[in-house]
Amino acid sequence: MSRQGKRVLIIGYGNPGRLDDGLGPEFAARMEKLNLEGVTVDSNYQLAVEDAAAIAEHDFVIFADADTTGAEPFHFEAVVPRSHMSFSSHSISADALMAMAEDLLSSRAEAYMLGIRGYEFNQFGERISPKALENLDRALAFMKLALEDCDFGKYVTRNTAENR
Amino acid sequence: MGDTSRIIIEPVTRVEGHGKVSILLDENGQVTRARLHIVEFRGFERFIQGRPYWEVPVTVQRLCGICPVSHHLAAAKAMDVIVGADKLTPTAEKMRRLMHYGQIYQSHALHFFHLVSPDLLFGFDADPAVRNIIGVIKKYPELAVQGVMMRKYGQEIIKVTAGKKIHGTGAIPGGINKNLSISERDFLLKDIDQQIEWSRGALKIAKDYTVEHLDELSDFGSFDSNHLSLIRADGAMDLYDGGLRAIDAEGNTIFDHVDYQGYTDYIAEEVKDWSYMKFPFMKQLGTEQGWYRVGPLSRVNTADFIDTPEAEEARIEFMALTGGKPNNITMAYHWARMIEVLHSAEKIRDLLNDTDLQGEDLVVKGERRFEGVGLIEAPRGTLFHHYRVNEDDQVTMANLIVSTTSNNVPMNLAVEKVAKKYLSGTEITEGLLNRVEVAIRAYDPCLSCATHALGKMPLTVSVVDHNGQVINRRST
Repeated sequence: MSRQGKRVLIIGYGNPGRLDDGLGPEFAARMEKLNLEGVTVDSNYQLAVEDAAAIAEHDFVIFADADTTGAEPFHFEAVVPRSHMSFSSHSISADALMAMAEDLLSSRAEAYMLGIRGYEFNQFGERISPKALENLDRALAFMKLALEDCDFGKYVTRNTAENR
Repeated sequence: MGDTSRIIIEPVTRVEGHGKVSILLDENGQVTRARLHIVEFRGFERFIQGRPYWEVPVTVQRLCGICPVSHHLAAAKAMDVIVGADKLTPTAEKMRRLMHYGQIYQSHALHFFHLVSPDLLFGFDADPAVRNIIGVIKKYPELAVQGVMMRKYGQEIIKVTAGKKIHGTGAIPGGINKNLSISERDFLLKDIDQQIEWSRGALKIAKDYTVEHLDELSDFGSFDSNHLSLIRADGAMDLYDGGLRAIDAEGNTIFDHVDYQGYTDYIAEEVKDWSYMKFPFMKQLGTEQGWYRVGPLSRVNTADFIDTPEAEEARIEFMALTGGKPNNITMAYHWARMIEVLHSAEKIRDLLNDTDLQGEDLVVKGERRFEGVGLIEAPRGTLFHHYRVNEDDQVTMANLIVSTTSNNVPMNLAVEKVAKKYLSGTEITEGLLNRVEVAIRAYDPCLSCATHALGKMPLTVSVVDHNGQVINRRST
């Protein structure tokens, strides 16, 4: 399998003003610099319903977000479309967003969540902690590899680092 | 206080951030008070201190990922004062207005279609499993698609005026950093008629619902209040700029056309020991009588007219419901909000057809100042940004009053009214929960701008006795 002809959307999200919550946008910024053919990169503070329209135009979607408690340095898992209510309102969870893209816009995109482990969240500050930056580097290396063939399913594990 | 019990609902679903509701009962099980506790993330003012003033319009967007454009513009307006830009170029002001109407449009559309429409279409007592956006998608898919596409359209406007979603840089002290290209204009113009048509439809849903359920809604979390908003010099609704106007529940003027550079002469903030949020009030009326509402309901109430024809027609119809007096029905926020959606769509159309947006004169400067205030009518209401800057261009003081803070007392009152009517004993019924949420949601509050990172708590309902002991808890 190769990436040729495949359309991949990467959405990194989080608040760069809240320390390690900026891992998602920083991941997106670094991916964008790679300028990979067939890969569209977007970033925002949170996922929003209009992202469903962009998702419907792609074959694969990679969500990149900071993770407060997950495995180090990151985890990678499939996102199963699931309709449910989020507690937050103007934002939406990845699985609910995929369900919306599927139900409303007939999307058939495969989606995956890259949860990059962070450690500091509860202050204002535009910096990412040193340990989280190490995790980010490893997540980037992982994604570059995974994008070579777009066979994302074979990389899926809740604890990628331990299984590789 | 006598023997009281406390019922806590946290966090409130379909509202931003984390909030919890405490309903205080006396020894007879009667509601004495209700409080909406908001976990406001403090410390932003300190975070901004020491930064160069020209960075602030970008940095303040970190405060809230829900409405970054509103903070961006309010801060830029304050910095206009700092750099002595008393009057922006037509291109700069109109680009900012286009950005702002795009923000209002997408925010209101999302709130209405994806958060409020389930309440309106299925009723407050509908099964929560159905009374949500998923239910709307299944039963009214065309409405759900409209909500997505209206939101997307507003975001596209923001993208071409402000730049990147995560790092908007469009507005700068004294002006704007780009104009609107012909290709960008044409891209947006091709869809504007459809957007206006959808806005008309949304307005009709909100209006019809309010009129058809008027008896129930008139008493639902409603109360007389003062109203505050910016107003244009000729009395027109103006979401971007103007003077401050405050009216009472009968429509009498409290103050009018106040230059907001001196807002501290009129507005003060009270601190209470049970909340991290401040409680703004009008000084001349004091803390007990001086609280006020902001947002769409207040803006339609305070305006003498709206300067776009279809929204003005809708405003006249809205005001006729209360005989020209201010409308104090909490649930009428939704109707007012949809009037503003139509108004924003009309404004966007007019601006896109204005050749000033292709002008090249983008920035002005004047005499340097050391203090500046920027106000804007954000989607949820009047937003205050106030800064002091030293001779080294560093911010030394920042004070923000966000719209949800101004609506703090009204939201508490709305919850209290609902609790008094629908709570019996200490049992937290689904009907009570639903109605508490519906009343709060009318204000579209942004309760906090907390990190959203993976792994958050579920909805939890707790019953706490007068000793602070949790005696019952229920989670979704």
